[in-house]
Amino acid sequence: MALLQISEPGQATKPHERKLAAGIDLGTTNSLVASVRSGQASILPDVNGEELLPSIVHYSADADIKVGSAAKKYKITDPLNTISSVKRYMGRSLDDIKSKESSLHYDFVEIDSAVPRIQTIAGAVSAIEVSANILSVLKERAQLTLGDELVGVVITVPAYFDDAQRQATKDAGKLAGLNVLRLLNEPTAAAVAYGLDKGSDGVIAVYDLGGGTFDISILRVTKGVFEVLATAGDTALGGDDFDHAITEWVKEQLELSVNNDKSLNNQIISAACQAKQQLTTEQIATINIEHSGKTLTLNIDRDQFNSLIDPLIKKTLMPCRRALRDADVELEDVTAVVMVGGSTRVLRVRDKVGEHFKQDPMVDINPDTVVAIGAAIQADVLVGNKSEDDLLLLDIVPLSLGLETMGNLVEKIIPRNTTIPVARAQEFTTYKDGQTAMSMHVVQGERELVSDCRSLGRFSLKGIPPLVAGSARIRVTFEVDADGLLHVSAREETTGVESGIEVKPSYGLTDTEIEKMLIDSMEHAEEDVAARMLHEQQVEANRVIEALAAALEDDGNMLSVEERQLIDIAAENLVAVVTGTDNRAIKNAMQELDKVAEVFVSRRMDSNIRKAMAGHNVDEFET
Amino acid sequence: MSSAKSGLTQNHFELFSLNVSFDIDSKQLSDNFRALQQAVHPDRFANASDQERRISVQRAAQINEAHQVLKSPQRRARYIIELQGVVFDDQANPVMEPMFLMQQMELREGLSDVKSKPDPEAALDKILSDLKVSRSEVISKLSAQLSEPENADLDQASQLMHELQFLDKLQSESELIEEELMDNL
Repeated sequence: MALLQISEPGQATKPHERKLAAGIDLGTTNSLVASVRSGQASILPDVNGEELLPSIVHYSADADIKVGSAAKKYKITDPLNTISSVKRYMGRSLDDIKSKESSLHYDFVEIDSAVPRIQTIAGAVSAIEVSANILSVLKERAQLTLGDELVGVVITVPAYFDDAQRQATKDAGKLAGLNVLRLLNEPTAAAVAYGLDKGSDGVIAVYDLGGGTFDISILRVTKGVFEVLATAGDTALGGDDFDHAITEWVKEQLELSVNNDKSLNNQIISAACQAKQQLTTEQIATINIEHSGKTLTLNIDRDQFNSLIDPLIKKTLMPCRRALRDADVELEDVTAVVMVGGSTRVLRVRDKVGEHFKQDPMVDINPDTVVAIGAAIQADVLVGNKSEDDLLLLDIVPLSLGLETMGNLVEKIIPRNTTIPVARAQEFTTYKDGQTAMSMHVVQGERELVSDCRSLGRFSLKGIPPLVAGSARIRVTFEVDADGLLHVSAREETTGVESGIEVKPSYGLTDTEIEKMLIDSMEHAEEDVAARMLHEQQVEANRVIEALAAALEDDGNMLSVEERQLIDIAAENLVAVVTGTDNRAIKNAMQELDKVAEVFVSRRMDSNIRKAMAGHNVDEFET
Repeated sequence: MSSAKSGLTQNHFELFSLNVSFDIDSKQLSDNFRALQQAVHPDRFANASDQERRISVQRAAQINEAHQVLKSPQRRARYIIELQGVVFDDQANPVMEPMFLMQQMELREGLSDVKSKPDPEAALDKILSDLKVSRSEVISKLSAQLSEPENADLDQASQLMHELQFLDKLQSESELIEEELMDNL
């Protein structure tokens, strides 16, 4: 068996043993990758020194895929094959996309999959694949800069992303060949980037206003642990709405009727956006519009601008109040307000948020890079480059998860703002005599009616014994892991019939689809995939063997002689096959080992719990 | 409820090294919660075997569940009542005190008028803060009943639990209105 190097708890790994990890901000407009080097987190630029990678992908007939600035120039000449802002389509059905977007920029097609695709000259691509193309470029960039393979990455998502959107993001990572250690909420990442775990304990409000979305998160930080207490937001509110407000005002002032003149409309929007940016430094901005051979000029000052956007800023304050209430925190308890997202550059936003929270918000770190920096710090901790009592991030479910019940109503199983991971079960029964199947519809959202919530998936439990209505006992379990991803299972209690479902969101890719895409992406498809799978299996098996050896050395005394013997035999069996090429044999040996080692792993975990509570026992003090 | 799969046999109070009582030291609760999560959270096992990760997720979920129960006065009260072997009946139709009912009706009327008020947000805020006051009144009565569970009048405590349920219902109705207001702003 391999020689083991066991580092003392609390001791960081030696520099040459540092594992490479990166944090990725997969943004709507721009994406970034950052990493911790020599104890400092920084953005990894491309060879030209550019930090921001525009989230744009261009597809061409010769299968050449361009990403970032290289793709940007095709936006005007080849708009249908140049995909931007793809984050807006992640985890969305075509109906969703149609209802949210005023006009569709791309040719969406529905093929025999739940995931809508965009028709390009290189074939139909899903939002997940487009995102994977962006991630691949960032991965290359990181590996080139850092000089070796990445062990793992942390990818950030908006706090308000629902299950389908999170699942899509994780699938994109998988497709790009990344080991996604964790999906991290953007506001949490920002709080980490500001190093708020290092200062004094307190309550932090993270106000995140992007181009098209808003969310507010309330976090409590105590001795390096960030606990997200509540999150609230609006997925259809952002800086784009500021541009829209100015655009409407300009049209009104200049008495322009745009009708179907798309180019005139685009001209006004971009002028509006420019004016907005100018007003962060100037008192007044000038808008010039070319129309019917004339140049129309209009001035907008800060007061005018402020009065246009004030109602929009006010709209963000209601979720702020709700989040504080959900967090059970008084406004006076908030010790820091962190601003994230490009739209927090608008001075009026800073003023109004400061006024609301009665303090100056923190704006020192560039709002474009703050999230990636935080993700890099977390990734560094997760791969094990930091000592054990470091940073811990406890996230929550942003939107309630539930099931559809009779009459189009939602029964909430896991309420919003529940700390994850979480497992909750609830019993349901049949409503007809002799009913042998039951279909379930999983939804996410706060509203009462199913139709107002987001549909995540449907599945059915079959083989229920035919009984009188109301006597079958169907236990439905919702489990949300540390990434915020949901797994649902159902079981009929009297007979033990189980429905073997892993609920994938309705708008997600199936495992078969992902596998197929992986195959398609490789040149010598099948052999490559088989080789990759074998390699992955071997890596996992070796990890199990090493971890087990270390665990046995530390805690072998937790086992009886018989238990130890069973584990030793199973471990030897795995060692015997691990270097071979029989994927199945390795898998089977691992399953065998898992089975006999379960009791050991559980006992160790419970011993961790006891150790953590040692010295915390009130009874000991009192008796 | 989620403990079926695992070896954790302690009750929630024991898990957190707390005495079984409604009055708990909230600082100790959160300190111990963090210590427990530091020990078992899946992020601590990011590089461990799948099996270790799975068990860590289970334990972390149990600790979260216990924490949620102990943190919420209402769920804590219910849990204490149930630990005394009394099954609390959600569906029961209790006789409520007239004073309490009057208060409820006023709040409810206020709620139904919210949307027609000139400043619906402010009106809703007022109701939510009134609800908070009512809640803390009931909770302090509960605390008096359940600080020593073995000597508690469990019928009285259950009655107070029903009052909290009433308030909860109003709270969620208010939040539905808030949700609509947010959508329609």
